[in-house]
Amino acid sequence: MSSTTHTSTIGAIGAPSRRNTELALLVFAVVIPVFAYANVGLAMNDEMPTGMLGYGLGLGLLAAVGHLVVRKFAPYADPLLLPLATLLNGLGLVLIWRLDQSERLQQLQKNAFGTFNPAAPNQLMYSALGIALFVAVILIMKDHRILQRFTYISMVVALMLLLLPLVPGLGTDQFGAKIWIRVGGFSIQPGEFAKIVIAVFFAGYLMVKRDALALASRRFLGLYLPRGRDLGPILVIWAMSLLILVFENDLGTSLLFFGMFVIMLYVATERTSWIVIGLGMSAAGAVGVASFASHVQARVNAWLDPFACYTTSNACEQIGQSIMSFGSGGVLGTGLGQGHSDLIGFAANADFIFATIGEELGLAGVMAFLLLYALLIERGVRTALAARDPFGKLFAVGLSGAFALQIFVVAGGVMGLIPLTGMTMPFLAAGGSSVIANWALVGLLIRISDTARRPAPAPAPNPDAEMTQVVRP
Amino acid sequence: MSELTLTVMRLGFLAVLWLFVIVAVQVIRSDLFGTRVTQRGSRRGGEARPQGRQQAAPPAPRQQSSGGRQRRGAPSKLVVSEGTLTGTTVALQGQTITLGRAHDSTIVLDDDYASSRHARIYPDRDGQWIVEDLGSTNGTYLDRTRLTTPTPVPLGAPIRIGKTVIELRK
Repeated sequence: MSSTTHTSTIGAIGAPSRRNTELALLVFAVVIPVFAYANVGLAMNDEMPTGMLGYGLGLGLLAAVGHLVVRKFAPYADPLLLPLATLLNGLGLVLIWRLDQSERLQQLQKNAFGTFNPAAPNQLMYSALGIALFVAVILIMKDHRILQRFTYISMVVALMLLLLPLVPGLGTDQFGAKIWIRVGGFSIQPGEFAKIVIAVFFAGYLMVKRDALALASRRFLGLYLPRGRDLGPILVIWAMSLLILVFENDLGTSLLFFGMFVIMLYVATERTSWIVIGLGMSAAGAVGVASFASHVQARVNAWLDPFACYTTSNACEQIGQSIMSFGSGGVLGTGLGQGHSDLIGFAANADFIFATIGEELGLAGVMAFLLLYALLIERGVRTALAARDPFGKLFAVGLSGAFALQIFVVAGGVMGLIPLTGMTMPFLAAGGSSVIANWALVGLLIRISDTARRPAPAPAPNPDAEMTQVVRP
Repeated sequence: MSELTLTVMRLGFLAVLWLFVIVAVQVIRSDLFGTRVTQRGSRRGGEARPQGRQQAAPPAPRQQSSGGRQRRGAPSKLVVSEGTLTGTTVALQGQTITLGRAHDSTIVLDDDYASSRHARIYPDRDGQWIVEDLGSTNGTYLDRTRLTTPTPVPLGAPIRIGKTVIELRK
């Protein structure tokens, strides 16, 4: 027996499953919204809100179901994804409930539709559906690489989902954008689901084609420019997103798809030139469309001078109102339930929910929320780094990139950084499709991270080692 | 509700929200520093594990104390100065260094003229480093002389194994 060496080995920390960390964080993530709920009730009605127990139990139950399923079926998943999503969803419910209490909004809805439907119970129901889909994703999909088989099918499905709102009779034109379809009394936003489906296609496609896209290039002005024929896919996606913009009047979705493709292209090929080309193309497309589509034109004008709308009464005062909300919040905010963000009459609990955070929780609250989102995205990108297969890497990057883009587009629009686009703040805003789709997205990330962090199986015993055993006398 | 209570709740809520963010970041930290260095057994492999662990600690202090007693110029590292592994260094901490093509060697030589267990370098009781040929086919050379017995290695003297040259340095 030779003397063993006294060396140091460097290895990954034997990935503990971290399920107990997740449980502790989940408890925390349920307690915070309940606290916020009590705070709103005390501030608005001087009493503990009556629905608090039911609400807390409902959220706790959803979190518990999610946790148990993850513990059983994805034991090595990232410990932060589920608590972060639960916290955001719970706080979103509180904010929606808070806006339901506003008599002004109740009156507005009565004037418009005749009756007032509180949005919070619906949102809780959609959250439950979202968790159900989350559970279904984890249960059904044992391995995310199964999705790789559906690369081209998912392209077709995504295109169909995107085109559904244009089908006469099915699609409805609400609030100046054709992104909803109406099925049996429910309006669904297919774009939210298309976002996930198309990520499957991009990941599967780029995994196969990335070498051609990365290696065949010419150097020009310090950039590696791709060959003309390799520009094909990006041109197709660009044209597609422009068509969405023109026919559905939906700047957000088209930005999301094109941005997601550019992000994934960059990750797959490591070529900076794709980012430059992508930015150039989206700028050209946006300017081109804005110059003739009146809907987009109005949005751009409202962005350039938010307060001009008050003089022209073009029904675009929302951005000005939202900016004033953020301003009156200051650093620490007015306190939950004590702001006047309900003055943003239309879509106060959907697209503009972030303005309520800005007013009632102030800069400190806005930053905390943005950090919560950033952490969620960071975990997604971390999952991509840890994933062992190229498809999983690209898919995780695509999903977290889409999530990040969506937050940028909504938060930037509400704050007046970029023109406003009709998109929802993931998990916060009222809207069934968005909550359900984003829970599915988190479920996919959990499945990928479980596969990625699972410790590698022990290496098979080497047959040669058996034959060279030392036989001791 | 009194103004004070509401102010306390407002600030308390922000504090709790930030506390969550900070706790989440703490959880992430373990992933950012995701590798750890483990000291693997010491001395003879045949020894019982707890004993081995006890002995894992002593070498470093002993080295220091004996280094103080000895001449100042005790070698602290082993450097590969020629061959495919040029530039590789191994810190000398009182451990035995094995050289050869076998995968479990401390320095795995990628050298056609090396045997799978070619030579070893180890400290004797006084902390003097000794090189010993382990019955290799092509031999181990200290300077120009082929080794036949365990030989002390002076600082900077080239040890040749095939095309690879190794030296001890300060």
